[in-house]
Order: sequence, then C-alpha cells, then structure tokens
Amino acid sequence: MGFERTIEEINEKIRSGKVVVVTAEEIIQMAERDGYDNTFKKVDVVTTGTFGPMCSSGAFINFGHSDPPIKMQKVWLNDVPAYGGIAAVDVYIGATELSETKGFEYGGAHVIEDLISDKPVKLKAISYVTDCYPRREIETYINRKMLNQAYLFNPRNAYQNYVVAVNTSDRTIYTYMGILFPKMANATYCSAGQLSPLINDPFYDTIGIGTKIFLGGAQGFIVWEGTQHAPSVARNERGIPIGGAGTIAVIGDLKTMSRRYIRAAVFERYGVSIYIGLGIPIPILNEKIFKNVLVRDEDIHVPVIDYSVGRRKRPVLGIVNYKQLRSGSITIRGKEIKTAPISSYKMAREIAQELKTWILNGKFFLTNYVHPLPKEQNVKSLDINTIDDLEVEV
Amino acid sequence: MKRDVKGKNQKDVFTKRVMLTFSRRLVSKPVMYRLIKEYDIAINILFAKVLPNETGKLVVEFSSTDEKKIQKGFSFLKSLGVKIEPISKEIIRDEENCIDCGACTSVCRSQALSIDKETFELIFDSNRCVLCEMCIHACPMRAISITF
Repeated sequence: MGFERTIEEINEKIRSGKVVVVTAEEIIQMAERDGYDNTFKKVDVVTTGTFGPMCSSGAFINFGHSDPPIKMQKVWLNDVPAYGGIAAVDVYIGATELSETKGFEYGGAHVIEDLISDKPVKLKAISYVTDCYPRREIETYINRKMLNQAYLFNPRNAYQNYVVAVNTSDRTIYTYMGILFPKMANATYCSAGQLSPLINDPFYDTIGIGTKIFLGGAQGFIVWEGTQHAPSVARNERGIPIGGAGTIAVIGDLKTMSRRYIRAAVFERYGVSIYIGLGIPIPILNEKIFKNVLVRDEDIHVPVIDYSVGRRKRPVLGIVNYKQLRSGSITIRGKEIKTAPISSYKMAREIAQELKTWILNGKFFLTNYVHPLPKEQNVKSLDINTIDDLEVEV
Repeated sequence: MKRDVKGKNQKDVFTKRVMLTFSRRLVSKPVMYRLIKEYDIAINILFAKVLPNETGKLVVEFSSTDEKKIQKGFSFLKSLGVKIEPISKEIIRDEENCIDCGACTSVCRSQALSIDKETFELIFDSNRCVLCEMCIHACPMRAISITF
C-alpha cells in the first residue's frame, strides 16, 4: 500500500472537523474489527498517554523584582531549596529536592503541585549585597498567577519502556519502584505499555524536537532528547527496546497545567518524585508508522531486574511482557510472583482520550518535528578518575 | 453479619472479623485456646503482633454455626479486658487523591487491594483487609490512611 498522508493534510482535516483520531488502545481493536487496510486508510492520528513517576522534572520560575531588589542567591520555596545560580530572580526547582523541615514527606514536586493548585507558596531568599541588588533577604508569599514565568522543564520524561523490579535478598527494600519484599514475593513495573508514547513510535519517525505534546493538562513541546536517551539498547523482533531506551526532554506552561495530571509522590524511604501526565499524538503518515501503533502489551518485552543488588549493573533474572505483567503474576526462576504497576494505566487512558478530544475539537494541531531524536546512542557511565586518566597523549 | 466462606456450604455459618487489643498482662495467657476449646468457635488469625510484655494486636475472624457462641466468646474476651473493634472500615482510601496507580496492590498480601482488569481502577475489598497497614506506606500519593 503506497498510501501516505502529510501533517498539513491532517491539520486541514482537524480544521474542517473531518479528522479521525483514536487512542493507541482503540486502534488495536479497530484493526481487528475493520481490518488492517481499512483502519490504515481511515485513521489520521493515534493518541498515546502515560502517567508515571518521572524524577527528572522541575520548573523554571521568574518571580519579578522586589523593591529594593535582591539577587536571590539561596532560595527556598516552602522550605524546599531551589537553585538560584542564574539571573537575579530566576530559579529552578527540582522535583526531587527535599524540604529542610519535612524531609521525605514534602519536596520540590509538592511545591510544583501546590503552585498548580493555586495555593500560596512561601518564598524565602538570602543574598550578598551589591550596588545593583541592595537587599540582603526577602520573605514573602507567591502563587502562580503572580509569577512572570513558570514552566516545567523536564530533562528526562516518558521513558521508552522500563524494567520490572524484584528483590532476591532476605530483607524488604524500599525503592523508586515501590516496596519490594524479600525472596521475590512481589514484582513492580512502570510503563503504560501499549499506550506509552515512545513505544508506539519506536524509531522516532514522528516524535522529535519541536513535537507538540500533552503535558500536565496543557500543551507542551519536546525540546531535546531526554537525558540518558539510549536508542541503541537491544530490541525485539518488532523493534521495541527491551528495557529503558529513548527519552525526551519536555517543556510546558505550569500556569495552565492541571493538578489532575501533575502529582507529587512520596516513595517510602526513597524520597520524593512526581507523576507527570504526558501524551503524544502520532500522525499516521505511512504504513510503517501505522504498523508500529498496532503494538500490543504482549509485543513489549521487559527485563526483570534484581534491585537488591546495589550496583550499577544489576542481574537480569528473566524477560517478560506487559500482558503477563497485567495478568497479576509472572513466573521467574520457577517461582510465581505477584505483579503490580507503579504508573497509572487508568490515567494513561484518560490522557490519550483527552488528547484525542482536543484534536477532534480543533484545539490541538499536529506539528512536524524540526529535528529528529538521535537513533543510535548508548548511555555512558561514570568512573572514578584521576586527572591523569583524562590527560590526552599527544 | 452473615458471609459466605469459600469451599463449604456456608448457609448457616456466621463470621465476624474484629481487631483485638490485648494488654501486656494478657499476652502471656492462652486466650485463643480457651475460645476454641470452651466456646467452640472456629478462629482464623489474619494478622498478629504479639510480643512479650507489649500490647498485643490480633485481627481475627470468628466463625460458628451458632451466632450466640460468637457473642458469648466476645463477652468472655470483654470480661478479660480485651478491646474488641469491628474492622471493616478501618483503612480509608482518599478517592479524591488516589490516581489508581496500583502501587498499593504490590504490598497487599491479602488481596484486599487490586486493579480491575477492565477499568484499571483500584478496588478495595475491606472484607479481605487484615490491617497490615503496608498500603499506607506504599501509596505514593499518601492517599491511604487508617482510622484509629
């Protein structure tokens, strides 16, 4: 089938109200019901969604200047340190930064959630005095309406696949994958699977820098490859990476986001993280792209990793797929293990539906990317070096 | 309360699930033994925290074909000073704040918490809950609490 579409044609159909949009889950049933060819010709856009903890997230904020002005050197928002080593009243608040008074129970993620909830947030800053900035300290309250700019800038979101976590040791361990009981009594996983954005476009044919996305209930953009973007990991016969692979850096206006899709999280004895609601529309430009969005949970393989090994490289105990994981149990080394998700499939579904509604209602138009994501790349690791190790011999 | 118990024709079996709090003094006494032997009650201990010289906590399911026997057993426990509390509403899920992620289901050994396979919503079956409280710690939204 040589049939093709362009994004311009799709946007014209959005404008005229004729666009056909379904979610990445719905298209599987549709292709079964209406046939492969019919579905390919009919569907213009497939929407994806995910709602899971994404630690590598945070917000840039500009407060505006006080009178007299201050160069905010050290800054706290609700007692959570924010980074002020940029211009006088610009800061970055990272999601995992911990409160200096509440520890693990409150962090940067909670500050972000409170701002999105229109709650007042206490701003405290101290500084050195200069001719430009005579004020030494400030303490005041802010909310998101009063800010000049407040936008999420998340260096790594929407991991393309991830891992299954188990614990083979004799004690309970507390991880960002939840509480793991000894002797592999439970296993946790964290991906929207067949609804997940980068799983549905495994080679980044349509998803790239400049792609407009759903981020936290607002419209956002992909601005770069995500940190640790690693498209070169081993892939299965469908081209789906077996384990964490591609990632994206994203940006979006915190001022128009909704608390429903951005939620602070506490992982017991681990720390603070943030659940990010993210959805990406995939334009069905050609048959290859269409084939890829038909991916099902059973086509997505994921390694089972022993989190009791506190090393960079942890043992892989087996490979399973998301259909098995969602069934409630997997069998590893002859042992049946109860499985549970960490990310919300229900919310992933809702996000894909919401994005679909936006497109159908003409509120969201698709973009061509302005630059592709890297398609070959591995993650580097950090070694302990002396300066001599790095001296280049001429 | 009348409840079906798996595996038998249970039309006439009465069950009651309660939390028992024992004083330190009572922990060393064979209270359960007497309930079984003298009051003829089938006892299923679902959760127990009993340590020497500490207040003990038990979550117990009492079953009998005669509801009066259970009531007599309760009277006996009360006479010893054991605190008896019904447990069905103890764990509270804050539905406003729950995101249906399912992290709590990973630590729920009694399968009181589960994710519906169609809707992917979190389901809480209080009848299965043994009040281990693990879900409170496992919930990333801090949306689960216990009423004490």
